[in-house]
Amino acid sequence: MHKDRLKNTLKHGAIWGFIVLELIFFSVAGEFLSLSDRAFMDVDNMLLLLKQSAPIGIIAVGMTVIMINGNIDLSVGAIFALAAIVMLDSMTWPVFAGLGDGVIPVSWLLALLTGCALGLINGFVVWKTGVDAFIVTLGAMLGYRGLVFMYNGEQPTYHLNWTMVDFAEADILGLESPAIVFLATVLVVWLVMTRTVHGRNAYAIGDNRDAAVNAGIRVGPHIVMNFVLIGFLAALSAVAFYSASGSVNPNDGMLFELWAITAVVLGGTKLTGGRGSVIGTLGGVIAIQILRKGLGHIGADSETVNLVIGTILILVLLLDRQLNRKGAEELKV
Amino acid sequence: MTDQTPALRLEGIVKTFPGVRALDGVSFTVMPGEVHALMGENGAGKSTLMKVLGGIYQPDEGSILIAERETVMANPLEAKANGVMFIHQELSLAEELSVAENIYLGELPTKSFGRVDWETLYSRTDAILEKLKVGFNARTIVGDLSIANQQMVEIARALTVDAKAVIFDEPTASLTDSEKVVLFDVITDLKAQGVGIIYISHRMEEIFKMTDRISVLRDGEYRGTLNTRDTNEDEVTQLMIGRSLDLSRNTAPVKLGPVALRVEGLACGHLFEDVSFEVHEGEVLGFYGLVGAGRTEIAETLFGLRTPTSGRIFLKGEEVAIKSPIDAIAKGISLVPESRKEQGLVLGMNCRDNITLPQVSDLRAGPFVAEGAEISIYDQYRDRLEIKAPSWKSIVGNLSGGNQQKIVIGKWLSMRPEVLIVDEPTRGIDVGSKSEIHNLLRDLAHQGYAVIVISSEMPEVLHVSDRILAMYSGRIMREFSAAEVTEDNLIQAISGITGDAA
Repeated sequence: MHKDRLKNTLKHGAIWGFIVLELIFFSVAGEFLSLSDRAFMDVDNMLLLLKQSAPIGIIAVGMTVIMINGNIDLSVGAIFALAAIVMLDSMTWPVFAGLGDGVIPVSWLLALLTGCALGLINGFVVWKTGVDAFIVTLGAMLGYRGLVFMYNGEQPTYHLNWTMVDFAEADILGLESPAIVFLATVLVVWLVMTRTVHGRNAYAIGDNRDAAVNAGIRVGPHIVMNFVLIGFLAALSAVAFYSASGSVNPNDGMLFELWAITAVVLGGTKLTGGRGSVIGTLGGVIAIQILRKGLGHIGADSETVNLVIGTILILVLLLDRQLNRKGAEELKV
Repeated sequence: MTDQTPALRLEGIVKTFPGVRALDGVSFTVMPGEVHALMGENGAGKSTLMKVLGGIYQPDEGSILIAERETVMANPLEAKANGVMFIHQELSLAEELSVAENIYLGELPTKSFGRVDWETLYSRTDAILEKLKVGFNARTIVGDLSIANQQMVEIARALTVDAKAVIFDEPTASLTDSEKVVLFDVITDLKAQGVGIIYISHRMEEIFKMTDRISVLRDGEYRGTLNTRDTNEDEVTQLMIGRSLDLSRNTAPVKLGPVALRVEGLACGHLFEDVSFEVHEGEVLGFYGLVGAGRTEIAETLFGLRTPTSGRIFLKGEEVAIKSPIDAIAKGISLVPESRKEQGLVLGMNCRDNITLPQVSDLRAGPFVAEGAEISIYDQYRDRLEIKAPSWKSIVGNLSGGNQQKIVIGKWLSMRPEVLIVDEPTRGIDVGSKSEIHNLLRDLAHQGYAVIVISSEMPEVLHVSDRILAMYSGRIMREFSAAEVTEDNLIQAISGITGDAA
């Protein structure tokens, strides 16, 4: 029993242990290698880190739900870009000309609706055709990105509204808007997954779909809802990020789906569904961001970042496998 | 047989895992040309012992002797090289490859530059298949074969080496009766060739039909070896569980309530047709027949997993349409499915969440799940069904088969169904828990539930049912009351004309 608990702590707490290791390493290594004399674990630096991890973080939270449910969504990067374009472009539409700054919430809403609609399409196709979510969203990834390019060709779409920038850069206790949105998303989705019927069903369907059907759970609509959720969150991420920057390139958000999946897997969510947690994903997102910033802090080439993260991802999964295999052997006694 | 060298001898095998002594001095001997049954409840140590024999685990103490030569098997390859072969319960075949490729997987005969020598491969394979008298050849794709024939491929694989001992692990689990006959012929042939055979099974009939001696394990200890000819089921059972198992015929008087479920002329394509019957509250109705006779399909139709092509279903006298499990559950029909791990349980979830799964959307406090209410439901059914789990937090996948089955039954009882359908209630469950499940089903009928039990095991059907419907090839052939049924006329009824239910 005691051993079980130790193993559980190891399994669920691994990502936080890793984060502590990272912080210690970069703080110590920074003393010798860093060109700046600011400490790595400076409060401002940490707050900035949280803000920078928000765009992928918000998407990764949605990806956690999708993956616990036994699916995957590769189209989130394209949804992110398309929602951003809808938000920035709609502010210039003549219909809204009379609204003044009142256009801001309207364009936010339009962006979020775009995300929901695209997610709804994904979910519906997965439900009604029975084609694997990987294939469906792979197609959607290409298709939605195609829409992005059709919108404005290779040109960036931009519109700067200073009131909106103020909103986006507002802060509470040093936490800027994107970071607040990220943390709020984590909290809400964590509650949904751990405390509500929807969350319970998500785990059940991901673990054993047949048993869930036999228990009278409406599996199809449930899956659709999760795709709408991740579409919404991809758009929310775009709203949080582009409200400040005001300019979106047609290639923005590319590879976001892979970073999100990386963070989710680092956080301990199973690729096959049925197990995982939003809090773990928060850890995964932060761990990746610390690594990026930390390597920069000690003066490593930015090119090395991906190599290091890739290596660590595989090491973490190897560790997870070892822990799980031991468990399986113990059960067979 | 007595002057021969044993094919395989185990001496004082001990294997411990942290906190558990899984094998505690196990010794027994398998002679060449002998079929030796290894019996024991789940968790008695059979699997561990087989893993020691197969080179997957190393014993802490004791020795393995093959033809009286002490042998250390460091890995599965060495076990094979030493002539110890396994026919596993779960088949491990590459379905897209041909029979020949599967049989010689990893040892394909080659020509220069690593090219496969197909001619040699096919001719060698066909030579082996000929010995087994099977109806397919070396080039057949494994995925196109029936489960029974796939098992023959596994057996053929065992014959490619000079096998000293062949271990059959629950070989009949997924075979029909006619397929079993073929398997038993093969075992008899192997026996005639002087191979020592270890036969692992829970099914007493087979054990008594096929084996020469029976060795029993309990809690990792060797409890003794009996000559099959000189013993009986009772004695073996007692050795296995330390007490005897009641599998007498059901003679309890029934207090019949009103009709709970009535089915008229139900049909589903070619799966079953013209099925009519009724179940009263307070009785257990048994469905008996061969695998493929359409019993499970009837249950699935009543539960809304299949759409009937014709026929009517009445619940408490009122005609109902059941289009999905959601409908079935709402109307009070529950199904404990045939394979609890695949269809019944969410193995990675805890006991409480599994029990409340169908009703969790009704157990709410504001936006959240009312976990307190859930725990009290779990506690209630844990006590009522005597579920043995450390706590409600225990992961269901870690429980024994018997307790898992109780969780599934508890899940449906907590929905207060009118009709409870139980498909193969004790499949893969050890002997001790079997009788608990049987008593539970009888009790439920006494409490006024209408219970339908589907089973392939005759003793089980006879033990729990008040009435029995015998099915053959998608039709109900005959109805028996518990008082009039005999094993002979039950077998006749489910065998149709040729005894082949293809």
